[in-house]
Amino acid sequence: MTDPVSSPATGGFVPSRRQLLTAIGKAGGAAALYHAMTAMGHAAPSQFNGPPKLSGAKKGATVIVLGAGLAGMLAAYELMKAGYKVKLLEYQHRPGGRNWTVRGGDVIQEIGGAVQKVGFSPGNYLNPGPWRIPYHHEAVLHYCQEFGVALEPFVQINHNGYVHSSKAFDGKPVRYGAVGTDFKGHVAELLAKAVNKGALDDTVSKEDKDKLLEAMKGWGILDKDMNYVKSLRTSSSRGYDRPPGGGVGGAPIPSEPYGLTDVLDPRMWMTNAFYFNNVMQTSMFQPVGGMDMIGKGFAKQLPGMITYNAKVTKIAQSDSGVTITYEDLSKGSAVKTASADYCVCTIPLTILSQIEVQASPEMVTAIKSVPYHSSCKVGLEMKRRFWEEDDKIYGGHSFTNQSISQLSYPSYGFFKKGPSVLLGAYAGGAAAYTFGGLTPEQRVEEALKQGSVFHPESYRKEFMNGTAVAWSRLPWIAACASSWNDDARKAHYQNLVKIDGRLVLAGEHASYIGAWMEAALLSSLDAVERLHKMAQAA
Amino acid sequence: MRGTIGIATVAALAIAATTALAQGTGDTSGHDPGAGGATGEAVYREVCQACHMPAGEGGTGAAAIPALAKNAKLADADWMVSTIVKGRGGMPTFNGMLSPDQIASVATYVRGHFGNAYAKPVTVDDVKRLTPEGEE
Repeated sequence: MTDPVSSPATGGFVPSRRQLLTAIGKAGGAAALYHAMTAMGHAAPSQFNGPPKLSGAKKGATVIVLGAGLAGMLAAYELMKAGYKVKLLEYQHRPGGRNWTVRGGDVIQEIGGAVQKVGFSPGNYLNPGPWRIPYHHEAVLHYCQEFGVALEPFVQINHNGYVHSSKAFDGKPVRYGAVGTDFKGHVAELLAKAVNKGALDDTVSKEDKDKLLEAMKGWGILDKDMNYVKSLRTSSSRGYDRPPGGGVGGAPIPSEPYGLTDVLDPRMWMTNAFYFNNVMQTSMFQPVGGMDMIGKGFAKQLPGMITYNAKVTKIAQSDSGVTITYEDLSKGSAVKTASADYCVCTIPLTILSQIEVQASPEMVTAIKSVPYHSSCKVGLEMKRRFWEEDDKIYGGHSFTNQSISQLSYPSYGFFKKGPSVLLGAYAGGAAAYTFGGLTPEQRVEEALKQGSVFHPESYRKEFMNGTAVAWSRLPWIAACASSWNDDARKAHYQNLVKIDGRLVLAGEHASYIGAWMEAALLSSLDAVERLHKMAQAA
Repeated sequence: MRGTIGIATVAALAIAATTALAQGTGDTSGHDPGAGGATGEAVYREVCQACHMPAGEGGTGAAAIPALAKNAKLADADWMVSTIVKGRGGMPTFNGMLSPDQIASVATYVRGHFGNAYAKPVTVDDVKRLTPEGEE
């Protein structure tokens, strides 16, 4: 597609798409290019345009980065490449921040004193925070390539996973493929009936009515009378009572579709709608061996630059530089200071809002004005992969209207014998707090109780140990991530992200993306590009 | 009464479910059955103690989670309700996650427990008065 070709019809020069787009971009700028790309079906789903090409930092210019999560480490990496002398301060004893994986032997401490020692077998893990990367999170994918972080598929959609609602199908889980097929079948039949009764005559033209009916018949798998019924055709999507086989007993036996009332349960259509969210669409990826491979990949680029166990207590700035006061938690909270020309601060606002920050009143107000939400994940180690062996579920999710929200089956180690860890709860909203208020043991018990609905024969029998991470109880963040609302955005977002003297903030909270690693990276790139420009102009 | 709260919660959740991703809360759970607690104490156990701890004692990590026990700021009921409705610092916005009934109940409960003794109950009208227009 990149080579110009001669059109056989006209014999004239026909530009390739790329040449055309380049020409439009040159003539009309980025906005025109974007519109042209959209029209051609090429709209970039990401604001990532490749890594920044920063260079030529003033001799001896220094930057201190607060927080060695992904935002902080990316800022440090790009500024270092530009020629700045960079150092980082990190509260925890490891890099990555929310980019985090727990494995056997790891210790998780909570506000309030609860301590969990992770009991997983070697090779098994739980990603308490980020755990999947959509194909359009191009910054994350780029830096994974750059740092040699191996990626593998994350199984997102699994039609053989279950959907459960306590209010439908007598509380029994059903397969997503079957209920999803029935949902569209019933809806198609009803819409076809409405069209045929003339109910849509004032909104749909005669021509479109015919097209709509044809679509409903094909999409919904309706019969010649436009009904959604038990048949080999509908079974070819929803599954059979006896699937097609070979030889004497090869003939399939069709299955009976579920009734409309149960199919209309919200948990059913919400599952379907969920997979259409842009950020939930396939392909998705995960790092081989655990999400923290990304954080480790970044940290490897910053040898000796990160000071761990450093609790920042004050961010001061003057016309000549910034001074950070911190306690060295590895040395009995000894108070230390570090100075630099500029500061990139990626400390989550739950923490930063309680630190003295010398900045404009509007930035200080913004720091205190962003609500956060929580989340809770429970990893359950089972003696064997009964979901694969007994239920034929290889990766993907089972959803429920209970507070665990879902199970997720591991996207690695398929068919392996021996212990395996599945995600036994992913509680959000109010449920995240309900789980957070329980002890770790109670959270695991609650996850077992609720999750048993999907695998009643095996769940408790095969259970070995569990780890429950409630983000509201983690001392280093006390929440999961920012949850901006429209009012807060309007009043505070620009004040939060603008450079204030010699200080700039970065992190998922300084983005419109929210709790994704891509948010941390895009925010960080924007911050360091602006900071570099300002430093060059100074 | 219980039934009424249940319906209100379901309605609020329907809104929360549709706005959650639009608001950019990111990769968090796709479904939230919500808090079903009908009494102030039930809501406290179900939601508040996740951060403020079982006896309202708060906690300390890289930052402090404020104690609700013996908290003089709770004398100002409007301040408290406003904090629950809109969030403050790292505290979430509970408008939409909890119904006005639940917010009134839990505010009244906390103001009368954990060493606090503010007798005047918080009402649903108080909550509605302090909820931003169009967001209830």
